[in-house]
Amino acid sequence: MGFDTILAMLLTVIAAATPLLLAAIGELVSEKAGVLNLGVEGMMLVGAVIAFATTVGTGSPVLGILAAMVGGMAMSLAFGVLTLTLMANQVATGLALTIFGIGLSSLIGADYIGTPVDKLATLDIAGLSDLPIIGPLIFGHDILVYLSVAITVGVAWFLKKTRAGLILRAVGESDLSAHSIGYDVIRVRYFAVMFGGLTAGLAGAYLSLSYTPMWVEGMTAGRGWIALALVAFASWRPWRVLGGAYIFGGVTILQLYLQGGGDIGIPAQVMNMLPYLATIIVLTVISAGPWRGRLDAPACLGKPFRPAS
Amino acid sequence: MIRRIDRRTFIAGSAAAGLTLAAGPFNTARAADPLKIGFVYVGPIGDFGWTHGHDLGRKAVEEKFGDMVKTTYVENVAEGPDAERVIRKLAADGNKLIFTTSFGYMEPTLKVAKQFKNTYFEHATGFKTAPNVSVYSSRFYEGRAVVGHLAGSLSKTGKIGYIASVPIPEVVRGINATAIAARKVNPEAEVKVVWINSWYDPGKEGDAAKALIDQGVDFMTQHTDSPAPLQIAEQRGILGVGQASDMKAFAPTAQVTAIIDEWGPYYIERAQAVLDGTWATANTWHGLKEGFLSLAPYSSAVSETLAAECEAIKAGIIDGSLHPFAGPIKDQKGEVKVAEGSALSDGDLLGMDWYVEGVSA
Repeated sequence: MGFDTILAMLLTVIAAATPLLLAAIGELVSEKAGVLNLGVEGMMLVGAVIAFATTVGTGSPVLGILAAMVGGMAMSLAFGVLTLTLMANQVATGLALTIFGIGLSSLIGADYIGTPVDKLATLDIAGLSDLPIIGPLIFGHDILVYLSVAITVGVAWFLKKTRAGLILRAVGESDLSAHSIGYDVIRVRYFAVMFGGLTAGLAGAYLSLSYTPMWVEGMTAGRGWIALALVAFASWRPWRVLGGAYIFGGVTILQLYLQGGGDIGIPAQVMNMLPYLATIIVLTVISAGPWRGRLDAPACLGKPFRPAS
Repeated sequence: MIRRIDRRTFIAGSAAAGLTLAAGPFNTARAADPLKIGFVYVGPIGDFGWTHGHDLGRKAVEEKFGDMVKTTYVENVAEGPDAERVIRKLAADGNKLIFTTSFGYMEPTLKVAKQFKNTYFEHATGFKTAPNVSVYSSRFYEGRAVVGHLAGSLSKTGKIGYIASVPIPEVVRGINATAIAARKVNPEAEVKVVWINSWYDPGKEGDAAKALIDQGVDFMTQHTDSPAPLQIAEQRGILGVGQASDMKAFAPTAQVTAIIDEWGPYYIERAQAVLDGTWATANTWHGLKEGFLSLAPYSSAVSETLAAECEAIKAGIIDGSLHPFAGPIKDQKGEVKVAEGSALSDGDLLGMDWYVEGVSA
């Protein structure tokens, strides 16, 4: 495998990891606040179709991306009303949200099947992308790739360094304590859930505008579920989510390149298992190492908040 | 869309329409009810590929028979236990004819068919029949023979990409047919295969296309259901072939032709047989000759000479003078598997589990 091939492969890895990272980082914030939203797949699909329809309709991919954010948030808001205000079961509601999202996106997208759209333009920063190697690798991407990393950095900083982040974590770890010292648990959770919807919408926009610039039904093909699993295996830490998304994307792409390179004596089915195995093993080993002997699931994850009044 | 007619409104409506079907072995009591036909799809109808093609077939049935039939479809049905539940539900709902349109529905279809003796089942691409289960498939490999010729002629690097779904004989057969035809034009041609273990995952299909193109492939073929690989071919400036539907919209320059599935005529024929009471178990495996598949118009990348060669191959397959699997055929190790002067039988083709020379997988 030549150097050019490796460079090309890394570019493909970045494209494969970005939607996972976007979807997972928002879900992480939601779960850190104690809300398990299994509707990621549905929110992504709605984001994807709205981004596509808006871009085709207005000719502006920026509007498309913004619309996807709004669409994802609207979906998560519906989830919030049901689970936070009406205290419905989070698991059941999340599953329902996914099913609803699949149907809604198909309905909205029915007229857009077979319509092409231009791939999201890369940000050419003053000729930097013409530099050898680091040009295409670091400067040759579209806005959503940079946004995915920026959001991860932002979330890591927010959760660890800011007072608001501390409150959000407190709400996820012990809702009653947070409530008793005067924090509005439900409000914090609404914000967290909506942030999850926003990034899921972005992940969808990345799929339909950049990764495979088209609308076809069910185009997420399970990426929402992988993102959900990543959050847990990354033991709810932003940097590990980033690492997990890139390991998963990396091994997926590596095995495709190995297959394309010719017979290497490993059955294709095993090759297709590798991304899952590698991600689970790496993240489990990190989480289960002697230096960190516990899983970091937020203590109130998935539990409805009922303040004693 | 599906007509949702309940029995009462239907009877009122059909009385007015006069129901012209009365001729034939059809008693009036049964004629009052529309024939309910169910379809089980493995992907979404909007995949713009395989399932899209079957749904066009379903619409053709509705258009042909109007109020005499009522069709229902269930999309995104996973192969396996889920399929059994869906098929049983369709049968229990009174669908008299049920099309199950993916290879992995074989056992579930047979299992449900045992319990619903008076329901007719049609399983696509399978090989097991029963008194009330027919199988039908298309000789896609005939289209692949034409595609292989195009690939061998148009690829400059001699490396042809093939994005494959799941390892079943049907897919292996398509790979081999492509390789054989390509190597007739360019004896050095190589078909590079990447398996993605899924029928439908646009992102992964596109990534596989990138992986192949980065390794020298300059002609893309696929046996998966989305237009993503062809779209990547367009982005990277290489050529390719559309799968199951005409995918020109996604690759106006890259698509040289597409293999298009044509299920409508068969679905109409089988629905007619049920209406006439003449349905019988059948094992239908039709190809170019019977119109089960067709090729989209050639693009400008195909010269007139090349187009004429392709048409000659098609004509040869249709009149039987050209068999895509005629010997001599060697396997990957270079051993002769099919001697000169003979050709693989349908049985051999249906169970194909080996690659021909020139396949890199």
